Amino acid sequence: MSTIKLTVNGKAVSADVEDRTLLVHLLRENLNLTGTHVGCDTSQCGACVVHIDGKAVKSCTVLAGQAAGSNVTTIEGIAKGDQLHPMQAAFRDNHGLQCGYCTPGMIMSAIDIVHRYGGKLDEATVRHELEGNICRCTGYHNIVKSVLDAAGRMNVSQAAE
Amino acid sequence: MGVEGIGASVVRKEDRRFTTGKGRYVDDIKLMGMTHAQFVRSPHAHAKVKSIDTSAAMKMPGVVAVLTGQQIVDDKVGNLICGWAITSKDGTPMKMGAWPAMAPETVRFVGQAVAVVIAETKNQAKDAAEAVVVDYEELPAAADIRAAIKPGAPQLHPEAPGNVIYDWTIGDEAATDAAFKSAANVVSLDITNNRLVPNAMEPRAAIGDYNEAEEHFTLYTTSQNPHVARLVLSAFYNIAPEHKLRVVAPDVGGGFGSKIFIYPEEMVALWASKKVGRPVKWTGDRSEAFLTDAHGRDHLTKAELALDAGNKITGLRVKTYANLGAYMSLFSSSVPTYLYATLLSGQYNIPNIFAEVISVYTNTTPVDAYRGAGRPEASFVVERLLETAARQLKVDPAELRRKNFITTFPHQTPVIMAYDVGDFGASLDAAMKAIDYAGFAGRKAKAKSEGKLRGIGLSCYIEACGIAPSKAVGSLGAGVGLWESAEVRVNPVGTIEILTGSHSHGQGHETTFCQLVAERLGVPISQVQIVHGDTDKVQFGMGTYGSRSAAVGLTAILKAMEKVESKAKKIAAHQLEASENDIVIEGGMFKVAGTDKSIALPMVALAAYTAHNLPDGMEPGLKEGAFYDPTNFTFPAGAYICELEVDSATGKTSFVNFVAADDFGRLINPMIVEGQVHGGLAQGIGQALLEGAVYDSSGQLVTASFMDYTMPRADDLPSFKLNHTTTLCPGNPLGVKGCGEAGAIGASAAVINAITDAIGNNKLEMPATPDRVWHAIHG
Repeated sequence: MSTIKLTVNGKAVSADVEDRTLLVHLLRENLNLTGTHVGCDTSQCGACVVHIDGKAVKSCTVLAGQAAGSNVTTIEGIAKGDQLHPMQAAFRDNHGLQCGYCTPGMIMSAIDIVHRYGGKLDEATVRHELEGNICRCTGYHNIVKSVLDAAGRMNVSQAAE
Repeated sequence: MGVEGIGASVVRKEDRRFTTGKGRYVDDIKLMGMTHAQFVRSPHAHAKVKSIDTSAAMKMPGVVAVLTGQQIVDDKVGNLICGWAITSKDGTPMKMGAWPAMAPETVRFVGQAVAVVIAETKNQAKDAAEAVVVDYEELPAAADIRAAIKPGAPQLHPEAPGNVIYDWTIGDEAATDAAFKSAANVVSLDITNNRLVPNAMEPRAAIGDYNEAEEHFTLYTTSQNPHVARLVLSAFYNIAPEHKLRVVAPDVGGGFGSKIFIYPEEMVALWASKKVGRPVKWTGDRSEAFLTDAHGRDHLTKAELALDAGNKITGLRVKTYANLGAYMSLFSSSVPTYLYATLLSGQYNIPNIFAEVISVYTNTTPVDAYRGAGRPEASFVVERLLETAARQLKVDPAELRRKNFITTFPHQTPVIMAYDVGDFGASLDAAMKAIDYAGFAGRKAKAKSEGKLRGIGLSCYIEACGIAPSKAVGSLGAGVGLWESAEVRVNPVGTIEILTGSHSHGQGHETTFCQLVAERLGVPISQVQIVHGDTDKVQFGMGTYGSRSAAVGLTAILKAMEKVESKAKKIAAHQLEASENDIVIEGGMFKVAGTDKSIALPMVALAAYTAHNLPDGMEPGLKEGAFYDPTNFTFPAGAYICELEVDSATGKTSFVNFVAADDFGRLINPMIVEGQVHGGLAQGIGQALLEGAVYDSSGQLVTASFMDYTMPRADDLPSFKLNHTTTLCPGNPLGVKGCGEAGAIGASAAVINAITDAIGNNKLEMPATPDRVWHAIHG
């Protein structure tokens, strides 16, 4: 067992976990942040994507210990109070989700994509960049639409800030 | 239509919780004192279980119990059942082998559970499961249909000699044979409909919670139909009588059919919870999903089409072998029979049809309904045959279809179905226009000049949805009625709760069902709550599958609404001192027609509950229920056209365009309908190009992870161009037909027709991987 200290959604937290514990299990089991999901066991599906120090990472592929001292953001940490993050709002407005299971990972990946590409995103790039996130419900059509919509909203809001 | 009424693309109420990580799926639930289960599963496709040594596992840290198949048999937990009886052509009933929840003696597919470890943590349960020593005696396995039916094949179940479950026929064999004898042209095809793994993104999970004080069980489970689960667990599996069993299906992360069935893990979680006196949670991982979720499709078919000299279809003859896997899953028997062969008429006037379906056991995962369930297989047979016929006869594939379309309704096919309404020409016209069919020849020539092979493929599908008239399906062998129930509760303050037996696992019922209330009562959808997925809250229901929630579930809500409105009008009339017949409902107000007198719904509701001033003899309260049993199936239909290019050097396929024109009757929420079509198309295209469950000859599933089984990803798919044509369904008051499965039913034939058109070789099996396409081009 080890005591892991890290920052999650802006709060300093610590948890006593077995050394083999994955970050996703620390989030779900120890911190009760169940928005981060597990959809596979081969790091393929991306339902578990969170941000570690601002970068999208599959939390099923990181030991909790590796995340010690880092700044982790989960799906629960991106809205500002009642105000949805522009990516969350875009997924809702464009029907970019159905069962909702892949959605947290999709949104966290998509935010990272927009951060990396800024205003230079097009459909082909979004489709290519979503390679690590599997959705079984939407056929991706409205997810791609959501990401492109959010890219516009995020650039506008970034410009405004 | 108001801004939130029927026909409005209202954004979904459920999306706030899903986009903020506040969904509540089974694995998110933690109960006091909860233990964790890990199953010990067979590594062999066929073996005798000689002994199970649990002693080492019992000594492992945190282990609470290790339970085996023999114990579940000793406790008289019932075997799993198949709920649809099929009779063979010789009059004998289907031959069902016993399927215990954990195997005491014989395992028949890789992944079948033989024991379960219950421990304080999931990791401890996993560690201890590794320490359970099972002594197997391997037996020869039959890993596919051909291996199972050849003489001397390994026998799976003593009840089913030759591994044949049933040999069933439909249609008039003599008349069909005669049509072939007098045919001017006959087209024939051998078709493999590839086995698919549903892969809802949320793996199955279950928590069993036995309350000793109340002698009461609660099951939290990933189910599309919690009431059916309770019924089966109670009536057939002897877990507990229904009044002592609550089944809760909270947020469920996709189903696509795979979460209809009651699985061994749910039975074991309940049974084990009583054994250990604590809640028991099992959450499957993806490997377990591949090995134990019911698979889909897996047919071998020979199909023949007879045409006269004028290219009118005169007959269709089909022989299909269907692989049902090692055991008969809950509705497995109906999928390749009444959900498949009854749709073989497609959109066409075919006077003579005969089909024979032979379902067989193999040493593979059980096969059951997966999105479309039989109808994709039927549509693929019919649409591949039509396309092949057009090429063989050198006529335009659109024109050959049009020449044979059914144009008058109702239309009785030779295979049970009575199509109520449709306009197949309109869908085809819309799709052809959307893709500029007329300009294709030019585009193909241009592509050729650039060294690319371009092809176009059509698929005109029809399906039977709104499952189903209880009397009809009962006469065909169904063990349950397929009605739906609903309750409408108007609270004293005028807010409304709708209790429904339908279950939403992505379909958006929490929004669309509210839209009906908004349409009729003018109540904002924020004032309406949809209650579903809990047998303690909703009296009964048959659940969600077969594109039935709008046609059957929402109609049940409408029927209950009508009763509420009728009573509310009586109360309003009494309050307004007017005649009940003069009351109209407009924008949430009960008005006396032609006057300025009105009373708002909340005041009517309050009057109903205070009961200070109700009409003489009226019961207080404003709450009504209804059961709705449909009178017929609904028949969504449409046309899909795929245009693509093939790189002859690599065999890789690239989409140029994919258009759809669907007729779903009235659309409640077009945005959600289109989302359903997108998802269905992705699964149909996935079947055509990417997906396929592969077993080796020993019965090992070699595509048992997302590393090996190709799930469609964002860059495998195009953006879709959707169109709608509309004929209202006359069978239900809303005029709706169902849209959940269409894409998966129609898409695969369009893709394969397009590739075979591009490469000029009709011999191509699904999934049409670059390797297969390359070989089809280069021999």
